[in-house]
Amino acid sequence: MSAEREKAQAGAAVAEDRTGAVPQSIPALMAWALWLELDAAERYRELADAMEMHNNREVGALFRKMETIEGKHAESIMHSMEWTSPPPRPRGEAPWPGFEAPENVAHEDVHYLMQPWHALTLALKGEERAVRFFTALANESTVPAVQAAAREMAAEEQEHVDLVRAWLARVPPPDERWRDDPDPPRYLD
Amino acid sequence: MNDTATPASVAETGRPAVRTPANYKSATKPIWCPGCGDYSVLSSITKAFSMLALAPEEVVVVSGIGCSSRIPAYTSCYGFHGVHGRALAAGTGVKLARPELTVLVAGGDGDGYSIGGNHFLHACRRNVDLTYVVMDNHVYGMTKGQPSPTTEPDWDSKLAPGGTGVRAFHPLVIALASGANFVARAFSGDPNGTADILAQAIRHPGFSFVEILSPCVTFRPEQRTWKENVHPAPVAETDDPARAARRVMTDDGFNMGVLYAGRRKPYPLGRRADPVGVAELEAEFAA
Repeated sequence: MSAEREKAQAGAAVAEDRTGAVPQSIPALMAWALWLELDAAERYRELADAMEMHNNREVGALFRKMETIEGKHAESIMHSMEWTSPPPRPRGEAPWPGFEAPENVAHEDVHYLMQPWHALTLALKGEERAVRFFTALANESTVPAVQAAAREMAAEEQEHVDLVRAWLARVPPPDERWRDDPDPPRYLD
Repeated sequence: MNDTATPASVAETGRPAVRTPANYKSATKPIWCPGCGDYSVLSSITKAFSMLALAPEEVVVVSGIGCSSRIPAYTSCYGFHGVHGRALAAGTGVKLARPELTVLVAGGDGDGYSIGGNHFLHACRRNVDLTYVVMDNHVYGMTKGQPSPTTEPDWDSKLAPGGTGVRAFHPLVIALASGANFVARAFSGDPNGTADILAQAIRHPGFSFVEILSPCVTFRPEQRTWKENVHPAPVAETDDPARAARRVMTDDGFNMGVLYAGRRKPYPLGRRADPVGVAELEAEFAA
């Protein structure tokens, strides 16, 4: 990652990307990082199931692919920490703001007629939030090892950002009538 | 609480948590609308079971009718998809017959507060050791958007032009006044926080009531903004019913957390009479 981009990221990471106590050790940081990935993988699995059930197979397949990516990231964290099973979710306030981990796509943001462009846009936002979160964590930490690990995590999330951006560039944006359903569940007039 | 009724937590027993939340999900995939809050509630329930290290075969999930009442099929626990509004009656029966099992009753606001409203009152009053989860979206979703007991009086829709004009039911007030021993509110958009509350509810002796705000994005798309409205309850939980009453009576409907954790003695379990066989019953009627 270029120094310029790193600087831009650091600048983008502001107080709203972080909350709570800064993890003070590598195991503490990596436990949160693991749960961030596990939560994201679970959410993508739920979204993939929902889309497949509603016959939106293209978006379902895309969410399934994202589930795999997040799952692999979780596995790599487990491997690097030599954990054979996930440690319990750390107690106390999560180090990220809001109810959910930064990478999670909110359930209420999806639509049964959404197209790959929408799904990738949501995924991109999640990955960008994760970059800002780890960057902010690195900036706030006073423990050199935690700083370095958080920067490494931010760099890995940045790779995901680049991947999703490249993906998005190949997908046509939806036309304005993408929500039109000839037999909607709810008639408004 | 009957000591055998609710399995102790990992912290209490020192047993390792060998089951992940995924172990409590069945192979049946939910058919809820994409975006529905109930997906997260399912996730929270399985997380709570995992936190408590409950064996799936020692848990029974009982429901009535409605979108949210499909939930037993999506878990790997024992399940009973019952009659509209009668989930609490069925759940109470299960708990009385098998006090060693953990019973979680689940449903929606229409099922629980309208069709099953009377059962709700008396389940609170009886204080049997079970947990009642209501996924409240202020609408009948399965039947395409009729106002429910918790719908705002001025909610304008094609099925209720101008709104019903009827004051909304206040489930937490009713639960507290009727004797529920644990009263809490959670939000589906906070699956981990909801899991914590559900774990507390399951562990708490007696009848535990957890209302979970769970948006219906199809018939109440404006509920997407609930995420901005919810907030942690500004006061700590209490075991004083008078304080809890004041708290819930002045509630804005978006306070999250445990609002009351009482000390009422639960309904005694394992006290049933000697079983009577069919032949003995027949003999009584023949006499």
